Amino acid sequence: MTIRIRQLQKVYRVGTERVHALRGIDLDIAKNEFVAIMGASGSGKSTLMNILGCLDRPTAGVYELAGKPTHRMNATQLAQVRNQEIGFVFQSFELLNRQTALDNVTLPLIYSSKRWWGVRKRAKEALDRVGLGDRVHHRPMQLSGGQRQRVAIARALVNSPSILLADEPTGNLDSKTSEEIIALFKQLHAEGQTIVIVTHEEDIAGHAKRIVRLRDGRILSDSPTHEDVMHQDYLRRAAVTAVSVAKRELGDADVMASVSASVSASVAEVKP
Amino acid sequence: MIIVRIIFQTVFLAISQIWANKVRAMLTTLGIIIGVAAVISVVAATDGLQKFVLKEFASVGASKVWIFPRMPEGQRDRFSWRQLRIQLKEVNGMLERCPSIERLTPILEMATSVQFGDVSKPTVSVQAVRPAWHQIEDRAIVQGRPLSTIDEDQRLQVCIINDKAIGEFQLPSECVGTRISVGGRLFTIVGVVETKTVSPMFGGDEARTEVYIPFQTGLMLRPEPRMYIVAQTKSPELYEDAKAEITFFMRRMRNLKPDDPNTFGVEAIEQIIAQFKKLAAGLSVFLAGIVAISLLVGGIGIMNIMLVSVSERTREIGLRKAVGAKPAVVLLQFLVEAITLCLIGGAVGLVIGFGIVAALKLIPKSPLEEAGVPIWAIALSVGFSAATGLIFGMFPAIKAARLDPIVALRHE
Repeated sequence: MTIRIRQLQKVYRVGTERVHALRGIDLDIAKNEFVAIMGASGSGKSTLMNILGCLDRPTAGVYELAGKPTHRMNATQLAQVRNQEIGFVFQSFELLNRQTALDNVTLPLIYSSKRWWGVRKRAKEALDRVGLGDRVHHRPMQLSGGQRQRVAIARALVNSPSILLADEPTGNLDSKTSEEIIALFKQLHAEGQTIVIVTHEEDIAGHAKRIVRLRDGRILSDSPTHEDVMHQDYLRRAAVTAVSVAKRELGDADVMASVSASVSASVAEVKP
Repeated sequence: MIIVRIIFQTVFLAISQIWANKVRAMLTTLGIIIGVAAVISVVAATDGLQKFVLKEFASVGASKVWIFPRMPEGQRDRFSWRQLRIQLKEVNGMLERCPSIERLTPILEMATSVQFGDVSKPTVSVQAVRPAWHQIEDRAIVQGRPLSTIDEDQRLQVCIINDKAIGEFQLPSECVGTRISVGGRLFTIVGVVETKTVSPMFGGDEARTEVYIPFQTGLMLRPEPRMYIVAQTKSPELYEDAKAEITFFMRRMRNLKPDDPNTFGVEAIEQIIAQFKKLAAGLSVFLAGIVAISLLVGGIGIMNIMLVSVSERTREIGLRKAVGAKPAVVLLQFLVEAITLCLIGGAVGLVIGFGIVAALKLIPKSPLEEAGVPIWAIALSVGFSAATGLIFGMFPAIKAARLDPIVALRHE
């Protein structure tokens, strides 16, 4: 499990009042999942996202990221985890305007304790991955919004993190550019990247494979997206068809072996 | 390794940051620039002055101790000047009783008329000295021979003149053997010594015309002589010992009681040099105070600008923390930036200071011709600049390091 969360609680103290932002969250996210976290404002969405990003610590409960018990770490250790395991993508990009795209992408590598050689080459590769290989020496002000967010994504990817954590990544972009960024996320997911997007937009969340909805600090629902449901339904029907075809053609004798072979074939057929 | 990389990176970053705000950086570091420039120029000026003064002292001669009559303060009714005069028995006993003294000569100074041919001068400095005078003064013999013990013992009417006197009295250029009239008596010139100009600091002015005669001969001219003694110590650092021995000896010779004040003076050139050096050291301490104040003012400017920098760049700090900058690294980054800023200010101050020193040296006939900036002053300036950055950059850097990344990223 990439992320393992058990009975996670967060209590803020506002003056003399205690505000329960999270009231016991259980959540598992496996490697190569593409999850959207949704919720209205005040649902605990931002708090969860801060804790997932190791920017904040839970009041109680367990949060293990890539097997590391982050709920027991101090500020320095959390910084290390953020550097190695998490790639952040923010709504307003958060690029350093004085520095080039390449320097911006290099930033996490500077704070990394491992492998200090070939840093610029790796940054260049990350920019290539997001399709900005020809904008390496441009400064953020010379780039469009979509390009800036691509630079930010390259920066998030450059340290090969366990999770890519995006907070309203399309919030500052027009719909066409948003589509491009979502397409990029899908591509990265197809390449094996685990992605968690925090958003309040249903359209954006719809592109994920799984949606976790929060309300009042608790998980309201945790289900596959429509697209994924359709996909699974398709697989189930394909399997049923395959079984019936097998029964008809071969009788009961070798049913199981045939079924598995047929299912494999069907699955290969429906895979996009 | 990571630390070295981050320091390198931060220095580079700090320089680009400073370059982007050139005017602001200039104004911020003005205190440090002025402080360092002031230190460099004043230290160089002091150094030049010290070299000048020490050179003057050297012209008088090291290892010398003067013994002369001195009226104790407020005791004029008790002693007369006549009583205070240096006695011959004091001159003769001193060398034997004061082991730190190598040699000495009494000097009987008189201003008397000297005449050669048509040229007559009413008040020429005539000094009666013993042959040891030659070793003490160390003056080159230009012509003839020095005064000898035979001249002394035989009370011969011979004299030595300095080369200035040749021109003054229109003597033949080979003047040894010529006779001149000193105080109405004829003296044969046996030698010529070089003329030495004594610094105006010690009452010397233009080179004087000088005539030297044997001490015993001088005593015949002045039956009740007023004289002083010049002694040479065995080595320059023995001046304290020599002073103590002479004082002890003189007090015994004069039968002074333990409560009585000294009725004579003993002064050594080294002592004056030591006093001067003390004065120069005092001046340095005073300077250090000025530097401290200007660097304090400069430091407050640095702290102010670093606080502005931290709040201007709060989001950047938040981002750096989000991508994994540890608190210690953020602290280091801002410290290095403050120190870099101060060091740049210090460097500009050094350049300006050197400019001022070069300008001072150009002043014609100034005593600062040999002014130089000592290494310690440069090291001090650079060190203090860096320390200012470190001390006054600490608070803003701690502030930056303690920023909560969530709050920092939300900062407008």
